[in-house]
Amino acid sequence: MDSDALTDNEIDDLRCVAGLMVPASDEYGVPGADDAIIFTDILGSLGRDVAAVQTALAALTLVADARIARIEFPQREAIAAAYRGAGGPGPATLERVILRCYYRDDRVVRALGDEPQPPLPRGRTVEQGDWSLLDPVRRRAPMWRDTPIK
Amino acid sequence: MNDIVDVLIIGAGASGAAVAWSLAETKMRILCLEQGDWVKPGDYPANGRDWEARLWSDFALHPNLRAAEADYPVNDANSAMKIVNFNGVGGGTILYSAHFPRFHPSDFRVRSLDGVAEDWPIDYATLAPFFAENDRMMGVAGLAGDPSGPKREPPMPPLPLGRTGERYARKMNKFGWHWWPSFTAIATTDYDGRAACINLGHCTPGCAQGAKASVDITYWPRAIRAGVELRTRCRVREITTNAQGMASGAIYYDANGVGTPRILLNSASSRFPDGLAHSSGLVGKNLMLHPWPQVLGYVDDELDGDHGPMMVLCSKQFYETDPARDFLRSYMLALTRVTGPVNEAVTSAAAGRLPWGAAHHRVFRRLNRHRLVIGIGCEDLPEVHNQVTLDPDLEDSNGIPAPRIDYTISENSRRMMDHAIARAEEILETAGASNIFTSRTVLNTPGHLLGTARMGDDPARSVVNAWGRSHDVKNLFIVDGSILGTSGGVNPTATIQALALYIADQMKRRLANLFD
Repeated sequence: MDSDALTDNEIDDLRCVAGLMVPASDEYGVPGADDAIIFTDILGSLGRDVAAVQTALAALTLVADARIARIEFPQREAIAAAYRGAGGPGPATLERVILRCYYRDDRVVRALGDEPQPPLPRGRTVEQGDWSLLDPVRRRAPMWRDTPIK
Repeated sequence: MNDIVDVLIIGAGASGAAVAWSLAETKMRILCLEQGDWVKPGDYPANGRDWEARLWSDFALHPNLRAAEADYPVNDANSAMKIVNFNGVGGGTILYSAHFPRFHPSDFRVRSLDGVAEDWPIDYATLAPFFAENDRMMGVAGLAGDPSGPKREPPMPPLPLGRTGERYARKMNKFGWHWWPSFTAIATTDYDGRAACINLGHCTPGCAQGAKASVDITYWPRAIRAGVELRTRCRVREITTNAQGMASGAIYYDANGVGTPRILLNSASSRFPDGLAHSSGLVGKNLMLHPWPQVLGYVDDELDGDHGPMMVLCSKQFYETDPARDFLRSYMLALTRVTGPVNEAVTSAAAGRLPWGAAHHRVFRRLNRHRLVIGIGCEDLPEVHNQVTLDPDLEDSNGIPAPRIDYTISENSRRMMDHAIARAEEILETAGASNIFTSRTVLNTPGHLLGTARMGDDPARSVVNAWGRSHDVKNLFIVDGSILGTSGGVNPTATIQALALYIADQMKRRLANLFD
């Protein structure tokens, strides 16, 4: 499993960040990114990002002066906000590895009004649109510069 | 390998495929060596639920991030833009949007018309029949009657406007600015064995359906049926020469503005101590990467999102040089659909638009499928200091020296970008967009690698002649984006392939004295 490189503590911290980043919502009928199914997908999909995730979590621990999973709410949220606000590759790495799995979860995809399936084989429908909008452009005179043959 | 062939083609990309197909009728023994492999339909991301995520891994546009076995590393630390390529049968046509505009007649006469760079040794009229032939071979969708360029009659109708296209079109009409449905190498009807596009949406990292025209499914099957041999997983280290200063076999080179100078420079020998075909000193020089700012914004209405190909409309309102502006040459506006929810979330989070915490869901629903994106194709002019050289330390997996890129964006390009970004922002504001965000250079976009072995009549100022033959090595031909003298302000694939067909035609006409 790709996530073998993460320690148990790192896994706990990553799950904590996932829940802070995308919490569950009754209003929108969606799980959080720390949901068991989604988090399993996140861990299993880290692949070549393992080292970058470890670096990002280590930086977060430095900002928090403790492991994020050990910090209570609401201080945990404030620390995460400060960490993200500082920018840099760490927050972007965590966002990428968490969000790429969150937004392909069946429940999340359905809540957004899509079918949980890859584009192939069914494809999608696109409306033709109103081609009469092109009429004024069709009436324009040529607008390119012709050049004499060399 | 000690096989004797009449023609050796290095690289199975956009132009190598076109040359192979065109030369096949000569019945010469033609062999193409490709360092990558075939991509099978089942390999493409659109087959799986991780289809968006793979843009950051095995289908990443940047070779250093993708890091596939066939890829060679590129040191682009000293470049304002990053490199995009694909190493496999199909080359760059595997990873492209299939936007298929042509260079304008004025793009071939930049010195005569605008006093910059150098005129090409050929003109638009010379390429016109080859543009048309290539449109048929690739299968181009579009609409005749575009007032922004010479007559063009694509074999298939255009992609649908969709909600996104309509939104753009209404606002462009309000300005009275030109727009036209994008010419795309995407089948909109059943065409030459390919089914009509079913709007998978994720076109750039490869079309699993085969509606997008990549040369592995257009030119190559025909070339192979006609007798051309294509060997994959064959990496070329260098081109050797004989006592007469000729390549040890006729070589037709299809790589790109980075891969071509890399091999030529790696082919230095006692006869050519500075690199092959390099007597002008211009191999690797004049690299053009097409600065490509993006301006995006969000409207209240739900649009197409990633449903359908990215390309929708193209505007050439500002394409031709206008002396009233503070820059020369100009740009194209590409008014596009967008990618899917994962890309929306990741890029919006990185840009700070999408919060962490309870507000995340509410904000995401205002962003997803509400985005408009305008890409701006800016012509950058050839400058000697923008260059490809061999990195002193970096090597590929076979120990072959890798390329290093040094590239800056010129002041003329910066003024052009400022003008274009302001126009794009006007369009989005008029379209009712908010949260407008501008990226002056976009990571991994667009991936046009041009100009590093340019064509010309003067051997002191060019690497190949008007029909692609090296000035120095009479049986070495270069047939890819590196021979373009200037970059135009549009996606170059249609022009590169028309040029390839033209050069192949010239070779067939001159077979009796091709190497004189």
